[in-house]
Amino acid sequence: MASFKSTKIPIYPKLGEKVTPDTLYWKNYKAPVQIKEFGAVTSIDFSSLAPHNYAVTASTRIHIYGPFSTEPVKTFTRFKDTAYSGKFRSDGQLLVAGCEDSMVRLFDVSGKVALRVFKGHTKGVHVTDFTSDCYHILTGSDDYTCRLWDIPNSTELTSYKEHTDYIRCGITSKLNRDIFITGSYDHTLRMFDARVEKSVMTMDHSQPVESVLLYPSEGLLVSAGGRYVKVWDLLKGGQPLVSLKNHHKTVTCLSLSSNGQRLLSASLDRHVKIYNTTNYKVVHNFDYAASILSLALAPDDESIVVGMTNGVLSIKHRKSPEEKREMAGKQRMQPVYRIFVKGRNYVPKKDDFLVSKPVKSHLAKYDKQLKKFNISKALDTALESWRRNRKPEITVAVMKELDRRGTLKNALAGRDEQNLSQLLNFLIGNVVDPRFTPVLVTATEMILDIYQAVVGQSSVVDRQLVRLQELVEREVDYQQDLLEVLGMLDTLFAASLPRKEVPCPGSSRSNGLAEGSLGAPGPQLKAA
Amino acid sequence: MVAHAEIRVVHLSGSKINFREPVITNDSRFLLCASGESVKVYSSSSEECVHDLQGHTDLVSGIVRNPSNHLQVYSCSADGTVRLWDFTDGILIKTFIIGYPIYSIYVSENHGGVVFVVVPMANDKSSELFQLVAVHLPLSGDQEVEARELSAVLCDVSPSGAASFGRKGEYIAAVKGLQLEVFFFKKQKSHRFFLKSGNKKGAKNAFTCVSCHPKEDCIATGHEDGKIRLWRNFNQKKEYTYSTLHWHHGAVNTLQFTPEGTNLLSGGIESVLVQWHYTQENQKDFLPRLGGAITHIAVSPDGSLFCTSHSDNKITIIQSCVKVSAIIQGLVKGEGVRTDLTIDPRSKALVLNGKPGHLQFYSLHRDKLLYNLDIVQQEYIHEEGLDQFEVVKAAFDTRGDWLATVEERTQKGSELEINLKLWVYDEQTQSFMLNTTVIAPHEDQITAMCFSPSPETTMLVTISFDGHFKAWLLADHSDTKEGASWSCDFVGGYHHLKPGCCCFSADGSLLAVGFQEVVTVWSPSWELLTTLSQPPGAIRDLCFGRLSCSKYLLGTSTKNQLCCWNLLTCSLEWSTPVDVSLLQADPLSENMAAFCSQSGCSDLFVFKPGEPRPLYSQKALCTGKVQRAVFAPRDQMLESCEEHAQWLNRSQLYFFTQHMDLMTFSTKTEEDRLLASSKRLMVDDSVAVTPFYLLLGKHRQHQEALTNPMAERIQLPQGSIAIKELLYTPAHVLPSASFLCSMFVRSLLISSSSARQKNIILIPFQHIYWRNQSAVTYTTVQNLGSLRNVLVFHEISCKMSRKYSQDFDKVINNDF
Repeated sequence: MASFKSTKIPIYPKLGEKVTPDTLYWKNYKAPVQIKEFGAVTSIDFSSLAPHNYAVTASTRIHIYGPFSTEPVKTFTRFKDTAYSGKFRSDGQLLVAGCEDSMVRLFDVSGKVALRVFKGHTKGVHVTDFTSDCYHILTGSDDYTCRLWDIPNSTELTSYKEHTDYIRCGITSKLNRDIFITGSYDHTLRMFDARVEKSVMTMDHSQPVESVLLYPSEGLLVSAGGRYVKVWDLLKGGQPLVSLKNHHKTVTCLSLSSNGQRLLSASLDRHVKIYNTTNYKVVHNFDYAASILSLALAPDDESIVVGMTNGVLSIKHRKSPEEKREMAGKQRMQPVYRIFVKGRNYVPKKDDFLVSKPVKSHLAKYDKQLKKFNISKALDTALESWRRNRKPEITVAVMKELDRRGTLKNALAGRDEQNLSQLLNFLIGNVVDPRFTPVLVTATEMILDIYQAVVGQSSVVDRQLVRLQELVEREVDYQQDLLEVLGMLDTLFAASLPRKEVPCPGSSRSNGLAEGSLGAPGPQLKAA
Repeated sequence: MVAHAEIRVVHLSGSKINFREPVITNDSRFLLCASGESVKVYSSSSEECVHDLQGHTDLVSGIVRNPSNHLQVYSCSADGTVRLWDFTDGILIKTFIIGYPIYSIYVSENHGGVVFVVVPMANDKSSELFQLVAVHLPLSGDQEVEARELSAVLCDVSPSGAASFGRKGEYIAAVKGLQLEVFFFKKQKSHRFFLKSGNKKGAKNAFTCVSCHPKEDCIATGHEDGKIRLWRNFNQKKEYTYSTLHWHHGAVNTLQFTPEGTNLLSGGIESVLVQWHYTQENQKDFLPRLGGAITHIAVSPDGSLFCTSHSDNKITIIQSCVKVSAIIQGLVKGEGVRTDLTIDPRSKALVLNGKPGHLQFYSLHRDKLLYNLDIVQQEYIHEEGLDQFEVVKAAFDTRGDWLATVEERTQKGSELEINLKLWVYDEQTQSFMLNTTVIAPHEDQITAMCFSPSPETTMLVTISFDGHFKAWLLADHSDTKEGASWSCDFVGGYHHLKPGCCCFSADGSLLAVGFQEVVTVWSPSWELLTTLSQPPGAIRDLCFGRLSCSKYLLGTSTKNQLCCWNLLTCSLEWSTPVDVSLLQADPLSENMAAFCSQSGCSDLFVFKPGEPRPLYSQKALCTGKVQRAVFAPRDQMLESCEEHAQWLNRSQLYFFTQHMDLMTFSTKTEEDRLLASSKRLMVDDSVAVTPFYLLLGKHRQHQEALTNPMAERIQLPQGSIAIKELLYTPAHVLPSASFLCSMFVRSLLISSSSARQKNIILIPFQHIYWRNQSAVTYTTVQNLGSLRNVLVFHEISCKMSRKYSQDFDKVINNDF
């Protein structure tokens, strides 16, 4: 005597991204904290000193935030025009910033007034950075020059006039105090050596360069400009290695994760993409509300800070392990039924004779009713509101089972207005879902057959029927459009492939199927 | 053709066991059922076949207990004989020759020396009318007796199962159509009762079965609309009454009163055994979900055991209507077999679809159903006219790790539902586990399916009428939480033609797909390498040659062509005009078997693609077309020297005829071997013979032999440290065996000195050969005085190497 086999609930493949270690890692951040700044956030820089404060440059101010504060710890407001590129020195004591008024200011982090003001540029300075020996400052300006300054004397050391357009990004080497790289809107990246009069290396990005980044080993250089992110091999004399085109608007900022395994790029298309640096495939993606201008990662990826054009600064903090455990613990703690554990936790003693009891398989309510051939009741159970709304696949599976037993019509018949409107609501919600269409179309046809005679007696049901009709008509139009597009694609494929045999695209299957089966209820509805 | 006489086409068992009502013996230990041309005796507790009573030359059509001897049964057959058997020993006692084909047999305790059989009215077999006749069995000492003393009892009865003896054998009731006829032996008179055909309210009054109450005058009849009528007071022609019981929604297939008459059992298509209480008629018990539709019910004479036979060739034994205690399952075949015959590479079992929604694994060597694998995994609804899911295709990969199945359900007015399921073999549970379900893999019926035999990739190709073939690959999602699952890798087609068949080459480097008249050959990277065509006629079967003939591709077409292409030159090598209905390649050799249908008969040709002459041919193999065939590898290679029988050496060919009989070819050497082994396996006990029993029984006898001499021996000094050390330290930390040997031998020498005092000559191992350093492997022991020593030694060797201990056993056996 075989036991009753319960109704199989099909498991549908989850659409969208797959669960990889990367998605787990990058999803493990709390909901973002948002801070409104006075203008577009153009630069974010983390201090390398212990609490890891970060400087946020927006409009005419630079705010310094603590790692968990939402109010600025410190504010520098002595700018006469828009400030740019607030950067910490590697010891975290000094901060340098450029300004639209062509002056470069150096601040002590604890003070308020600028320690030094470097004058010499003729136009706004967008790029500032400290060299690795901490005594010099690199600046890049819209007057096409980049200069090195001495901090103690506040004098200009050298000036390079090789770029032919605005210099908008630059970076100094962390290993060599004399080497720095600048990127310009003249589409080039130039590497300079302070000991030499001219640039030592030039790379053509072929787009206005917005951001540059050096790998920790400084063998590879990453540049962003236009929609492209390009990687250059510096050890091979600036040979292009990879060119990535994953954004559909200008890429504005680049960053590396703390272990150097992942590269992040932010763009005006409001996305942050994370690449694997071994194969340069996109492994994760963040969406933001506005175009992104700046992006920075705290050491150890503790937080991701993103600045946007609408002046919003978004900070995401990583979940701490305790919090994670708490969450998991909560789920496990949920309902405690003492009756369930009664006698279960008894540990048998040495001389105890164990009598095993056959394990009783638990059947769901609808299965119990199906077992007793109570078909209408089973359908009612499957249509309970929580199940209908949260797990429509169960409702559809029960309908399918009833259809297999040839009793779906009986189960659908004999319903009052409320019941019927419930059923129609479910159909309206799910009939165009490709997973459920084959089953629900037959159910819809049956309902129309059964309740044809009572149409017009209830305004609620009539309204729903009209909605259903509109839905189906829209779907039919939609499928027709899709088929047209598919036809066009087919001709394109056929033209582009040199081979005689064209592998037929498998995607046509579901569309054609849905179209064919959906076509049927349309005219019937009109008749009704 | 004289030489060919050595190869015989034989019926393989696995015949129906649900053909007629089974019989339970008086002591409830055995169950007898008609199975093809023999009667099978099963043990009711162990489900094993104890005896196979062979002797009838045609279908056995009925079995009854001999009322005068509880160790004997009568069986009747369509060959016109009634035979009396002793079922405990499996001996034929007597044969009564009636002369007419017999369709069923009835006996009664009160009619000694008489059996009642159903024979055709006219002598010619074609007549549709049957009569019940009483046969007086002559008392004679001869083995074969002619019984000519026949007297007609009832005319116009149905051929099977529709008659029953009443209380004390005073009357017999038989039903046919709309008529119940009761014949009273005392009055020699019969009463007939008619029912209206009754078309109103869906009533169908035709009788289906009858059973008489053993203690009271009451007849129960079953009807086509599911009603059961209890007839009383039928000895008056006019004043009879009946009451109606109704639970079944389909026809009542069978009815049976329990021996005391307290309960009435009924069964039908619903597969529910219903037990009606005779006195309280509205009370009933149910035993649901027994399997296929119930066709017969039998009750043991003491009423403790029931057994039901089912339409899916199964007999269920039920203990007092509560618990299923045993299931005897035969091979399910017939119209329902839709999968090709396949061989499971692991268990070497024949696999085909059996019970609805299941695959059956049938061991060909043991003629036993191993298990059923539930493919559809849905509750089977027993109702007529319902479209159910059916398993239509099954395929194994070469190692037996993966099983692919296709199930489909056609429903009137709606589209075809197809599911492709992939099952992985689980070592722990020793069965197949569902891995991936693909809903609607194709838009139309899947016509063929095969796994790639190449060891690197696990790939499945499905061919469908929708004009595409799809390749499915096992994708390993090791980076995600889910395990490996299957996904579609490639969709191919050829000018929107419908593909019919596909075949992989033996190394998996080529895939041939037949698109109507065109054969396309594809590389593993899905490039179309070449197309071959030999019009007219669509390609029916494709087969790559194997081993030395792997450069050939063979194809058969619907227009009577057998073609052989050379794949190196891409040209036709040869072709012959024969109508090949089925082409099958032997996986272990170059041989191909082609079944050709010619003028209503099937011929078989076995050939190598590279040779012009067939290896073997047999004309008129069977009537009708051969439906399916398969080569099954043998357990042991045969060493047949005759040239024409060599193709059967490595594998055996099985095939299904048009009437769904499973047949095979057997050679003389094989039969000789079988005969020899059956003699060896003769067991005098009535306990079911299982390989397990044979093993254990042998072992026990052996043990007895061992213990007897041991009892007389004195004990060795157990305190020997060396032995203890040897036995209680783990094998992997022990020093090398050669080192241990000397220590061990020395320890034995001490014992020998003590033993010598008792005048027992004990010469320890004189010749001990250590084959290798790490494990004690093989020893030649001569003149062993003390068995105890051997046993100790044996233990060590066991510990060191399980594998080689068997060899040691052999040594012991040889020496004692």
